[in-house]
Parts: sequence; C-alpha cells; structure tokens
Amino acid sequence: MKIEYSPLEMMAIACSRRIQDDDIVFCGTGLPLLGAMTAKKTHAPNCVVFFETGALDPALFEIPLSVADSRVMHGASHDGGLADAFAFMQNRFSGPKVLGLLSGAQIDMYGNLNSTAIGDSSKPTTRLPGSGGACDVASLVGRTMVFMKHERRRFVEHLDYLTSPGWLQGGTSRQEASLIRGGPVAVVTTLGVMEFDGSTKRMYLSTHYDNMSVEEIARNTGFKLDVSRAKQESSPTPEELDVLRTEVDPLGLILN
Amino acid sequence: MSSSKLMLASEAVKRFVNSGDCLSIGGFTINRNPMALIYEILRQQVKDLHVVMHSGSQALDLLIGAGRVSLLEIAYGANGRLASTCIRFRKAIEQGTLKVEDYTNYQLTLRFMAGAMGVPFLPTYSSLGTDIIERWGFSPDMRSSNPQLPGKKLAVTEDPFSDKASQVVLVPAVNPDVALIHAQKAAEDGTVRLEGLTFADIEQARASKHVIVSCEELVSPAELRKESWNNSIPHVLIDAVVHQPLGAHPTACYLHYDYDMAHLLKYKELADDDDQFETYLKEFVLDIDCHDDYLKLIGTKQLKSIKASPELGYARRDSNL
Repeated sequence: MKIEYSPLEMMAIACSRRIQDDDIVFCGTGLPLLGAMTAKKTHAPNCVVFFETGALDPALFEIPLSVADSRVMHGASHDGGLADAFAFMQNRFSGPKVLGLLSGAQIDMYGNLNSTAIGDSSKPTTRLPGSGGACDVASLVGRTMVFMKHERRRFVEHLDYLTSPGWLQGGTSRQEASLIRGGPVAVVTTLGVMEFDGSTKRMYLSTHYDNMSVEEIARNTGFKLDVSRAKQESSPTPEELDVLRTEVDPLGLILN
Repeated sequence: MSSSKLMLASEAVKRFVNSGDCLSIGGFTINRNPMALIYEILRQQVKDLHVVMHSGSQALDLLIGAGRVSLLEIAYGANGRLASTCIRFRKAIEQGTLKVEDYTNYQLTLRFMAGAMGVPFLPTYSSLGTDIIERWGFSPDMRSSNPQLPGKKLAVTEDPFSDKASQVVLVPAVNPDVALIHAQKAAEDGTVRLEGLTFADIEQARASKHVIVSCEELVSPAELRKESWNNSIPHVLIDAVVHQPLGAHPTACYLHYDYDMAHLLKYKELADDDDQFETYLKEFVLDIDCHDDYLKLIGTKQLKSIKASPELGYARRDSNL
C-alpha cells in the first residue's frame, strides 16, 4: 500500500535522516526543528538541540514558534544568552561538533543564502527579516544543512544580498576568506536533497523524491544543476511519519 | 542600602528618555519586550530615536510604525512564525522612510559587550565574505555628524597574533543612552533577576548610560540578596524600577505568561493597512492612560488564557486552542 505524505513531511524526514546521534544541532524554528525533533525521537536520541538565544537541550514538549519562545527554556540543561550560544559555535572545541540548520529566501549554486532583502538592498522591493543569527551560524559551525522551497526564483544565479556564507565563490574561496571551518553539506528542498561537489563546491542533485522527475527539478532551478548523480530518496517509513505527525507536530502548527 | 528607584513608567520615561536618544530594547522577538515602557514612550511623544538592538519584534514595530525611529542598527525583525518579517519595519524600509544598517545577532551582542567592557571593538570571524561587510546603510556624512554612530560599520583586519594571513572582523562598541529591560523580578534598590534566557539583556544594560527595568514581581532587596549568585544585573547599574505585572504583553514572560497569539495575529492583520494601524495605535496605546487600563482592554478572559502553567513556564496549547 502506498503511503501518502506531503513535501513538507518528506523534507522534515529527509533532514531527520541526516542528523547523527552525536550531533549538536543548532535549530531555527519551523521545518528544521521538526527534522531535529523527529531524529531525536527515532534514530538519534542523544543528539542535543540548541538555540541561538542560549537554550541548550530543552524538553520541547510543544513546538516553539520562535527561538525565543518560552518552550525552548523549559527543561533545558542550560538557559544562557546570545553571548554563550554564539561563542559555543565559534569555539575551536565545540564549534566543529555543531550541525546548523538554516533557511533562506534565495540560494545560489554555492549554497550562499539571502535572508535580508529582495531587490536593491538600500530600497528593496521586499524587505526580509535580516540575518538574525543565520550569518553567524553559517560562518562559524562545523557543517550546515539548508532548507528551501524549490522554486526557480529562489534558486538564483546571483543573490540580491549575500547574508550567510556558503561556499562563497566555490573551490577554496571559503578558506581564503579566513572562514575558520564549516560550509553547507546539504540543501533539503520540497523536491529533493542537493549536495556540493568535493572540489568545485557547486551544488548537484543528490536525491529526489517521487513527486517530480530530475529533469523537472533542473527546470525549477535558476542555475545549471547537475542531476547525473541523483538517486531516489526512499519514502518516509510508517514509523517516521507516525512520530512526526503524532509526537512532533500533533497540532499541525508547522506541517499544515 | 541605596534609596528607592521605584517609580511609575510615566515618571521613568519622563526622567530618562529624550527625543533623539540612542535606545536599546531588551528581549528577543516574541519574548520579554518591555512593552509597558514602549507604550509610555509612544504616549509621551518621544521621537527621532536611534534604536540599536539584535532581534526586534513588537516593541520595535510599534515605535517604527508610529514614526518615532530615525535610525536603526539591527540584525532581525520578526514575530517568530506570527509575522515572518515585522510588518511596519518591512514597510518603512521598503518605502525608504527608515535608515537601517544590518548586522548579525552575534555582532550586535559583541557591540554591546564591547560597550560594557569599555573597549573600542571586539573581533569575530562571523560574516567574512558576505554583504554584511560590503553593504553599509549610513553615509559618511551621517556618521560624522552623529556621535552615536560608529565612524565605520565594521572593519576587516589581519589577526596581529597569527603568522598566517588570517582576517578577522572588528565590530565597534556601542553605548546607548538608555536600555529598556523587562524582568521577572526586581527590587526597589535596582537589583534585577532574569529567569530563563537572558538573551543579550545583561550586555545591553551594562553598555548603556541609563537603564530602566520593569518587572513582573517587586521583591525586597534582602530577598534577592539571599541568592545573590542568581541575580542578573547589580543595583548600581539601574536608574529606575517600574513594577508592572504583564508588562511584556503581548509578548511572553517565561514562568508568568505566554505570548498572546490571538492579539499578535490580529496586530499582523491590522498593521498591514496604514489606517488600521493608526486605529490600533490609538486604541491600544495613545488613548490609554496607563498599562493597567491597557490590560483591562485586553480583558481578563484573554489574559487568563495565556497564564503560564507553573510546571512548564508557558501556557499549554491544547488548553487554549
């Protein structure tokens, strides 16, 4: 019997599968958090979730709607502040252990992100919220995973504003800019999961879901996307879907 | 024991906040915004403000919407998932009526920390290679004519201790005229105890010339001194203490109440229309005498629905949905 699921559910589960038991996961709100909570309740019970506001390993009985939601404070191992959280990411011992989950309005072929403005940033057609801690996380932690709605207007040749660094201009440009570590390892979208080539650092399609052909995915991407290495992402298992729907987001606050 | 700093919000704002001031607002998105103090600033017609903060939400959006902010140094403007970009903040920047310079949350935390420490700057690796470094919001003329603005947004320089060609970003110290903080507990001598996350409130308070604290609970100085290690800000740094239960509404205050989702969603809808925003501002802020009257307007039923569960520190959703 075929199991029905939505692209958002598939994204949360694709994220969850890429979280390891010994990861310290930096989370924003929304889908990335669903991914981390699902991982914690399935194969990675020991992964530690933390937030830029300073909350580390909270109970998360209910889904927080902001990283400053009181739901991230309850039952935490530590409630500190921004200075602690960002120093933890920049620190040479703890920083490399952190997996950062990010999202943006625009992404380019090297995984750089824009969450500041669409159009000319001095008088934008659409002003977005701004970096918040996203640029800090993208600059400082061991590896990042990015969440995107897969649309041509979001996967662009040139960002209107480079808020958060990915692989910059590709190749070794990230190290040459003196960024001390890190870079994006995966982009989880509504259509599939992209990864980055080991030497050029260009994005390629790694896995696709069963909702669209790889050719169509390439057409929904605003730059040339290599789809030759793509495999199919396995569908969500009944267990994964059950945890996500009944334990992680039972009220459908993010999924609906 | 120092003398009492206890006063009404109206007196604290009258004494310590002036038009043209550089203001720093505590809290983070939908938690612990010092709303009672912000409402009072709006009522007293304080204007031409220069706001420096990290992740702003309701307090910032009202000040911008009412046209009271001329300059903004910020990392983020959103009400969590209740408004993915603050409405009046977005409109003001799109219409070109607000001058803004974008930093990151860590950079602003470091700017407050540098101000608190009395050093001119602090280094970080964050933002190397990005437009945070390349694009500046304020002109050289604006910088040279305003002593509260740093001469440069930031600077990229070589690490003097490294033998490799390693770059670091230096962010300039900031010393605001006034910091506004909403705390769970404070004493009349000024001792402050924050419960749960402190965000960057302590750095903001320590960097600022004056600090006004509003609090949910007023407790005796002796009581707070019993566990001095749990206090967040010492009394000598505080100028005014305002006892104002529900002083962060409609944002949350951990252990006391949740954010008012219904109110924030209604605000999001109204703020999208210029006339309806004006009506909201008049109805909930300008035509009201004090915060207790505002709370009457919100109503006891609504306030009861957001009351925090003593076990969780927030209001359970299944009990109010």
